[in-house]
Amino acid sequence: MTTRIDRRFAALKQEGRAALVTFIMTGDPDYDTSLAIVKALPKAGADLIELGMPFTDPMADGPAIQAAGLRALAAGQTMIKTLKLVREFRAGDSDTPIVLMGYYNPIYIYGVDKFLADAIVAGVDGLIVVDLPPEEDGELCLPALKAGVNFIRLATPTTDDKRLPTVLNNTSGFVYYVSITGITGAAAPDAGKVSAAVARIKRHTKLPVAVGFGVRTAEQARAIAENADGVVVGSALIDVLRASLDKAGKATPETVKAVTDLVADLAQGVRAAKRVAAE
Amino acid sequence: MTVQPNSYRTGPDERGHFGIYGGRFVAETLMPNILELEAAYTAAKADPNYQKEMDGHLATYVGRPSPLYFAERLTQHLRQTASGLSDGGAKIYFKREELNHTGAHKVNNVLGQIMLALRMGKKRIIAETGAGMHGVATATLCAKFGLDCIVYMGAVDVERQQPNVLRMKILGAEVRAVESGSKTLKDAMNEALRDWVTNVSDTFYCIGTVAGPHPYPAMVRDFQCIIGRETREQMQAAEGRLPDSLIACIGGGSNAMGLFHPFLDDRSVEIYGVEAAGHGITTGLHAASIAGGRPGVLHGNRTYLLMDADGQIAEAHSISAGLDYPGIGPEHAWLKDMGRVEFLSATDDEAVAAFQLCSKLEGIIPALEPAHALARVMDLAPQKPKDHLMVVNLSGRGDKDLASVQAFLESKKR
Repeated sequence: MTTRIDRRFAALKQEGRAALVTFIMTGDPDYDTSLAIVKALPKAGADLIELGMPFTDPMADGPAIQAAGLRALAAGQTMIKTLKLVREFRAGDSDTPIVLMGYYNPIYIYGVDKFLADAIVAGVDGLIVVDLPPEEDGELCLPALKAGVNFIRLATPTTDDKRLPTVLNNTSGFVYYVSITGITGAAAPDAGKVSAAVARIKRHTKLPVAVGFGVRTAEQARAIAENADGVVVGSALIDVLRASLDKAGKATPETVKAVTDLVADLAQGVRAAKRVAAE
Repeated sequence: MTVQPNSYRTGPDERGHFGIYGGRFVAETLMPNILELEAAYTAAKADPNYQKEMDGHLATYVGRPSPLYFAERLTQHLRQTASGLSDGGAKIYFKREELNHTGAHKVNNVLGQIMLALRMGKKRIIAETGAGMHGVATATLCAKFGLDCIVYMGAVDVERQQPNVLRMKILGAEVRAVESGSKTLKDAMNEALRDWVTNVSDTFYCIGTVAGPHPYPAMVRDFQCIIGRETREQMQAAEGRLPDSLIACIGGGSNAMGLFHPFLDDRSVEIYGVEAAGHGITTGLHAASIAGGRPGVLHGNRTYLLMDADGQIAEAHSISAGLDYPGIGPEHAWLKDMGRVEFLSATDDEAVAAFQLCSKLEGIIPALEPAHALARVMDLAPQKPKDHLMVVNLSGRGDKDLASVQAFLESKKR
């Protein structure tokens, strides 16, 4: 069974370039603004869209994404609204893959089966759930795969060759390589180390490998796009979004454009990469 | 009907589950660390030298065994209030964990973990703390063994537990005030986990309670079980038999688990855990995850949690910083479902009243945490016959709480 994610990576491979994967927190700073941003992302150059499901206690996220989640919750974001946002986006775009990213508790409380059913109807293609390692695959990963939803796993610099097969087993869609040991948005990744890591992961899997955590500029995106199949940018987008807000933390007329401008810039970086013939 | 196991003491299973609770719900970055820790702990447990060395430190540095003390005046006082029952009023004993070095039970666990960190060659120790007792115990043992120590503490707790902040600093630890979220214990734990994710190779995360990803709940329990093992022997020596009931306060639940676990299979022993009811369970402003929460996933384990309808974690409320946590250890959650432990709660008002009464009657100023357990002793003891032996875990001393209690009493006058 091929999914939107499989089809998108296959098409980009034909084009000979890496994917730009953009992360936005749903409901940040409010539902309507985040919907407007998500709708504008594909035109700005995003190839895949990761949407954060806000959570009060995001233990692997840095200050930027923590604050984004709290802004969204303060503005009344819920899981129901997150799925509604995907549905509204999907009504106008049937090709761009949507990956929901977050923590397990809000899904567990929503109910795993109901969540998967509603997510499929809304047009969700994949899930990244930070606090579900392979040891807990029975919780959501296996039910998601059975339902036809990709379950995308994080591999990290601490995932050694012995551990990699465990991590890659039951992973589908793509592998998300976290380029640093640390929280989101913390440090700039070293392009040389990243390319070695991507090569290492590719020895274990045929899945595309996207790289994220700490990517902020078009130049960093270009350097990573030379080796990886995708570049994930999150905290940098959240930062420009936050900078566009007024003193009360509300959206301004600049907010959507602030995000899409940076996405366009990053997309140019990704497209400027000279691909190292991998595979 | 729940099927009762042959033994309540065999958990967790190899994947860290107590029934549906527990588990390893952590980011992949931490999984290699968690697995390394589990392997190191398994090896240490099998090494007689590890236990022998720990026993030595427990005797000469911590000051164990802690006494089992007959609280005679409190017993008499409650017998007088046992109106209607001619021979009512249990005989109350205190397990004096507040007499340990650093003033609480926390040190039992920290010693075990720090000795494990030394075996693993980890030089940098991080910890979260609520009331500061776990932070002080960690800072103390890091000083003793020459390790770097960083303690994460919610900014609200830094304010209300100043004496402990000062103690940690004097002991050479760095105290990092956490400004995110509700600025209390759960946020301190988030920050400690973020630190660990960032500094995986050289850092040992010393968790202070029977919660977190496997193997922490079982490991911390094992280190705290010395409380219950000593109590068995001491009660045998004092009364020639087992106690009839045990009672302890529960935040994460390490002091309670340490007392309870060695008695779980003695079906004649009644076991009571007391959660913090803050302003009252019905107000929503409390820290009683069993009474007011439901199963969810946070900080590496599934357990009872305080949360809203959308699975967002709620802020806990308690005058006691040590109980101010929206979760509870997963083994307690399982014991609750099995019906082996009865969970009660005590409000801020009740805890402060018990704090005052215990101080005046026994000359022991308890921490606000065990004062919650004492609050329930006040109404449980009079209902029991005179030959009923009740053990309260006096898990910490109250020096750190004097300012909080004074402020609380002042606010009541107004």
